[in-house]
Amino acid sequence: MSGDMQRPILSVQGLTTVLARSGATILEDISFSLTPGEVLGVVGESGSGKSMLALSIMGLLPNVVRRSRGIVSLDGDELTAQSPDHWREKRGRDLAMIFQEPMTALNPVMRVGNQIAEVLRRRRGLSGYEASKEALNLLRLVEIPSPEKRISAYPYELSGGMRQRVMIAIALAADPKVLIADEPTTALDVTVQAQILDLLRKLRRDRGLSLLFITHDLGVIAEIADRVMVLYAGRVAEIAPVRSIFDDPQHPYTQALLASIPDMKGPRGRLVTIEGSVPAIGGMLEACRFSPRCPFRRDICEWERPHLGVVSGQQAAACFRPFGYEQPLEAVI
Amino acid sequence: MSIAIAKPELAPRSPTMIVIVRLFQSRSFLIGAALVLAIALVAVFADVLSPYDPLRNSFRTRLRPPDSTFWFGTDHFGRDILSRVIHGARISLVIGLMTALLTGIAGTMIGAVAGFFPTLDNPIMRLMDALMAFPAIVLAIAVAAVLGASVVNVIIALSIATTPHTARIVRASVLVVREREFIEAARALGASDLRVLCRHVMPNAFGPLIVRLTYVFATAILAEAALSFIGVGPPPPAPSFGSIIAQGRDFITEAPWITIFPGLAIIVSVLGLNLLGDGLRDVLDPRMRT
Amino acid sequence: MSRFLVKRLAGAFVVLVLVSLMSFAIIWLVPGDPTAAFLDTSATPDQVARLRQQLGLDRPIAMQMLDWYARIVQGDLGHSILLNRSVTAAILERLPVTLSLAGLALAFALVMGVLAGIVAAVHHNRWPDQLVMSLALFGLSVPDFWLGIMLILLFAVKLGLFPTGGYVPFSEDPFGWAGTIIMPALTLAIIQVGFVARMTRASMLEILNQDFIRTADAKGLKRAEIMLRHGLPNALIPILTVGGIVAGALLGGAVIIEQVYSIPGVGRLIIGGILSRDYPVIQGGLLFLAVIYLTVNLVVDILYAVADPRVRLE
Repeated sequence: MSGDMQRPILSVQGLTTVLARSGATILEDISFSLTPGEVLGVVGESGSGKSMLALSIMGLLPNVVRRSRGIVSLDGDELTAQSPDHWREKRGRDLAMIFQEPMTALNPVMRVGNQIAEVLRRRRGLSGYEASKEALNLLRLVEIPSPEKRISAYPYELSGGMRQRVMIAIALAADPKVLIADEPTTALDVTVQAQILDLLRKLRRDRGLSLLFITHDLGVIAEIADRVMVLYAGRVAEIAPVRSIFDDPQHPYTQALLASIPDMKGPRGRLVTIEGSVPAIGGMLEACRFSPRCPFRRDICEWERPHLGVVSGQQAAACFRPFGYEQPLEAVI
Repeated sequence: MSIAIAKPELAPRSPTMIVIVRLFQSRSFLIGAALVLAIALVAVFADVLSPYDPLRNSFRTRLRPPDSTFWFGTDHFGRDILSRVIHGARISLVIGLMTALLTGIAGTMIGAVAGFFPTLDNPIMRLMDALMAFPAIVLAIAVAAVLGASVVNVIIALSIATTPHTARIVRASVLVVREREFIEAARALGASDLRVLCRHVMPNAFGPLIVRLTYVFATAILAEAALSFIGVGPPPPAPSFGSIIAQGRDFITEAPWITIFPGLAIIVSVLGLNLLGDGLRDVLDPRMRT
Repeated sequence: MSRFLVKRLAGAFVVLVLVSLMSFAIIWLVPGDPTAAFLDTSATPDQVARLRQQLGLDRPIAMQMLDWYARIVQGDLGHSILLNRSVTAAILERLPVTLSLAGLALAFALVMGVLAGIVAAVHHNRWPDQLVMSLALFGLSVPDFWLGIMLILLFAVKLGLFPTGGYVPFSEDPFGWAGTIIMPALTLAIIQVGFVARMTRASMLEILNQDFIRTADAKGLKRAEIMLRHGLPNALIPILTVGGIVAGALLGGAVIIEQVYSIPGVGRLIIGGILSRDYPVIQGGLLFLAVIYLTVNLVVDILYAVADPRVRLE
């Protein structure tokens, strides 16, 4: 799916964000690209900076956070070099996002149909009538039952799953090139989760949508992603095709994450947990941030920051271990 | 090994210390506290500070505009307005403080009972709703007038007008806390209702209560002035901010200073208390932050 | 919606019963004999007895209560001793004056306060915010009657722009009416503007921090669209409640301001009644003010349900 030769639709390079007041780093030196039609999964524990990454790409960083370095370009258009208004123009049109909490992400006093139509009017210049007709089509597309009725419903009248479908309809309204989904299934129960994943897979297949799929759930990643980027404490730990991540993880953190998934098939053993916790912002090491929790820690890990190095093919990890505790020769940007 | 630490974080402390540190970082609180402290000191040391006897009449010096002898001028009895304002701070602050205390006691008891005992909640709160249906200032005027003009009656009247809202705030805090696990735990361990209420529930209502009482203090100073203006305030001759203004009203065109200066004194006091309240609210009751 | 309405009306009715009871009961607060305020010590027992009969004090308390309720359900608030006329008639005669004063003040306060609050929220922590908040705090700290006196001193006495007081009915002379009502209404409004501005700002800031504002931003809507289409409608819901509180405060404020500007409204009637211990006027006036307050808040709650679809569900 992810042809190497294809020009990336979304490219992020050296993205670094800091807390505006204290200067503490939140995301450090994040680089990756997304090709048309690709699904890149972003995994990490809470506090790893996943959501901040999504907001940085959208240009929606909260006031307390500042992008100190790095480039975000969308289809060759360098958003970070242009005015906030230009970025705003791209949002909703080429770049869309769905949020974790479908409960709070919709305007409570506006009918859902209007919340969809608003985008259609503004982004595609449809008239009021055309917009509501198209909103109805979108509700059908996201498979909401009896859409004619739901179009004039208020968000509180819908279930969590339906609200998330409405969010997806809003995101799809202007036919974006890139969709960022920030934990879109986390707040939903398991069966609804599966339905929403099916829907996203279908949309990606039918519309060639590129998807940045953020989650803490490796099980979800396995179902939807082509490639996976593992974040730890604001840095990329490993980035690789989904098969390599599951079959041959290189970073000890990725390995630990995989080990902590309860295996439903095998005998019920002890649930493996990762010792320790993600370091707090401001208290982070300059060297390898995972080293305090790492079973393979050597001296170098506490001295030196491991850069992302290509292990094999499309797999890169920010760890000294796959390179025999040498600095990786071929560092990827 | 290099460790990047953003800012040297202060060592963990007791919650009380944290509150105190935050208060001293609040500009509102500091300015408000300074103003209130200044007014309070003026009130306490009124005898030392005032240049003249606030009650001494002197026909020779009546209706003098402000000058180097009488900084704030004199009234129609020739009394020094500066001295009267300084002494007025006493009565005004006492009324404000006592109203806040009385409201605090009554509001806490009523709110705690309503919040803690579900069967009493509805009757008590409907009663409070009914009291709140009367415009507070009119209720206070009516009660003060019916009881008869005296400092104590003014305090009672103002407390009746400010208690319902306070009770409501306490009740809300109690309701929030009542359902938490640690209350269940305390009950399961056999603590009596009263003990649970006093030891576990009330400390959590303290923040919003203290914020509210600061505002009650401010409101009471304003209301005292209004009561005096209407003619049901603390009786003469002892001055309060409000009574000086009320007496100056008849001379507003020829001697506006009688009215202006006590009014400014009210503004400074109330502003100080409001700032103090805002600062306290930001720290103690972040939910209400504006 | 209808269930909500029924519940709300039932609650209001209970409060109304309590309010009328309290209005009546204020006479019980009087230390000693209520007639003492009208009659000096030289009054003959006969005179005292007649007055007691006039006030209904010669009957058992239960009967007094029944009488009171029987009268007020018919809209009869009693007979003023000093005015020697029906309290209801006296109030109704003065009502337009007070309503125009309070109504105009409410309009001033809401328009200025909401605008100032939005400006402050949009420029959060920058100078327009700090200016609005400082002015608001100042407004909350000024005694209303003192402000009125100062404004009279400045605009009426020194500049001669307005009369120092009094009232001209609108029907007689609209310009004269405006001249006598604008200053009092502004005085009354200034105190409340600060409150409205603070609440609007707080409400806007809270709303602007919500997830759905971020969604609107993610849709690529313009800043103004986000504020007006998504921010304000949500922020207005709590501001409605503020409108109810302000209306109540204005009612009380109007009573004081009518004194300052010598406006012959309901407030002046009630204050006159209070000062001369004219109990029927006190009782009737308090009840009347409370009923207006309850009505305003009932209307606010219904508007609340209209503005916020979530409330209707309950």
